Amino acid sequence: QGGGSAVIDMENMDDTSGSSFEDMGEMHQRMKEEEEEEVEGDAGAAEDEDGEFLGMKGLRGQLGRQVADQMWQVGKRQASRAFSLYANIDILRPYFDVEPIQVRARLLESMIPVKMINFPQKIAGELYGPLMLVFTLVAILLHGMKTSDTIIREGTLMGTAIGTCFGYWLGVSSFIYFLAYLCNAQITMVQMLSLLGYGLFGHCITLFVTYNIHFHSLFYIFWLGVGGLSTLRMVAVLVSRTVGHTQRLILCGTLAALHMLFLLYLHFAYHKVVEGILDTLEGPNMPPFQRVARDIPVVSNAVLNTTAKAIALTL
Amino acid sequence: FPGLTDVSISEDIPVEGEITVPVGSHSPDEDFSTLDEPVRDTIMRDLKAVGKKFVHVMYPKKSSALLRDWDLWGPLVLCVSLALMLQGGSADSRDDGGPQFAEVFVIIWFGAVVITLNSKLLGGTISFFQSLCVLGYCVLPLTVAMLVCRLVLLAGSGTISFIIRLIVVIAMFGWSTLASTAFLADSQPPNRKALVVYPIFLFYFVISWMILTFTPQ
Repeated sequence: QGGGSAVIDMENMDDTSGSSFEDMGEMHQRMKEEEEEEVEGDAGAAEDEDGEFLGMKGLRGQLGRQVADQMWQVGKRQASRAFSLYANIDILRPYFDVEPIQVRARLLESMIPVKMINFPQKIAGELYGPLMLVFTLVAILLHGMKTSDTIIREGTLMGTAIGTCFGYWLGVSSFIYFLAYLCNAQITMVQMLSLLGYGLFGHCITLFVTYNIHFHSLFYIFWLGVGGLSTLRMVAVLVSRTVGHTQRLILCGTLAALHMLFLLYLHFAYHKVVEGILDTLEGPNMPPFQRVARDIPVVSNAVLNTTAKAIALTL
Repeated sequence: FPGLTDVSISEDIPVEGEITVPVGSHSPDEDFSTLDEPVRDTIMRDLKAVGKKFVHVMYPKKSSALLRDWDLWGPLVLCVSLALMLQGGSADSRDDGGPQFAEVFVIIWFGAVVITLNSKLLGGTISFFQSLCVLGYCVLPLTVAMLVCRLVLLAGSGTISFIIRLIVVIAMFGWSTLASTAFLADSQPPNRKALVVYPIFLFYFVISWMILTFTPQ
């Protein structure tokens, strides 16, 4: 079996079962036990036994185990290298390098339009503030959806809120970045994400107030005032970085329109109804889509009533 | 430099100390022999560890037990029980007022992952799973609040019950946030603690909001 054969007979390696990874632990345990046995004493007898032990399984067993061990090491090294290359969050680390005071200062600055538009304004490429603002907006939106008893049939409340906010932030940022590329504006993607993210601060304040106090005129005041201020700031910064009248107009018009319309949409989509006009009209004959009416100004009441009656008659 | 000519230590000062590295509570022998112990022992040991961490959460002192031996059993149990209790109504009811099981599950785990990544990006020294462990265990007060809310709702759902529920949920929300910041804020540079605390506050606020607005069918 062990013999003095110089040729290692690979065919007989199946009895050792040493070429599989499961035996790694066993091998290490045996090696440790062997060490301890040697340390405790009985060195001679133990060594004799070990010699016997090694001799029986012999070269074939040891070779198999060593090969398996080596493959394990190499595999582990490759896996950890790949992991550290792709899952390296350190790429994002410089964008989170902020102090609380800086964040507070930038939040307040996002409501103050700059006056100097002939000189390119500095935009901090930071992602902590915008990310936190987007999550805050998600939380406020959830609150609004709950209090307005919005029922979403194909999906979940949380999913819709997250999708809306992140979709707006990432989507509109990318779109404006693309337009900025077309209009030759000096702005990078991270800066655009940062700018739009801080612009959501105005949205957060407005929605926080108007989801709880339901006066329509109050909303319009906030919409124009707070929303307008944050839009003006973003527009001014972009204008300062763009050359040419047409380009400035395109870029800033698009951004202003999208920003203001988003606030309008968020308010009216999830606004608590004070009195359900359709409710009192139709009663149990409600259509299955349960988005209840909003607060509608008195002027269009009559139009709405007649339309609702027509729908009720056709159902 | 005359003082540097003789830099040897004089022989009558003994040089002594310990070069041992503090080993974890398991020696290699124990690791291999846990296969032979009865299943009951294994389960009881894990249950005791989980129970000890629950006690640490309810009385948050600055101890490192939660961080050192992290495990995710406790968070899983808490998350599943909270999601089961928050499940509202049947799928085809017209008034689908409650979050579904999967929604709560995803919110808790996704939120915990985001907070962990945020604290790591801000320069935290805590590891990924340790942070998940702490955030998961600190959901315990909110689970207790959910239990209390359900019991109160059994009694009735008027204004008084709403006020009771509001007070209970606010108290437990504060407890959760304080407990988790007691463990997590230490791992941050001192001037950035507020940046780490805010997402934790938001996370527990969303969960508290889901608990408070829960109405049974």
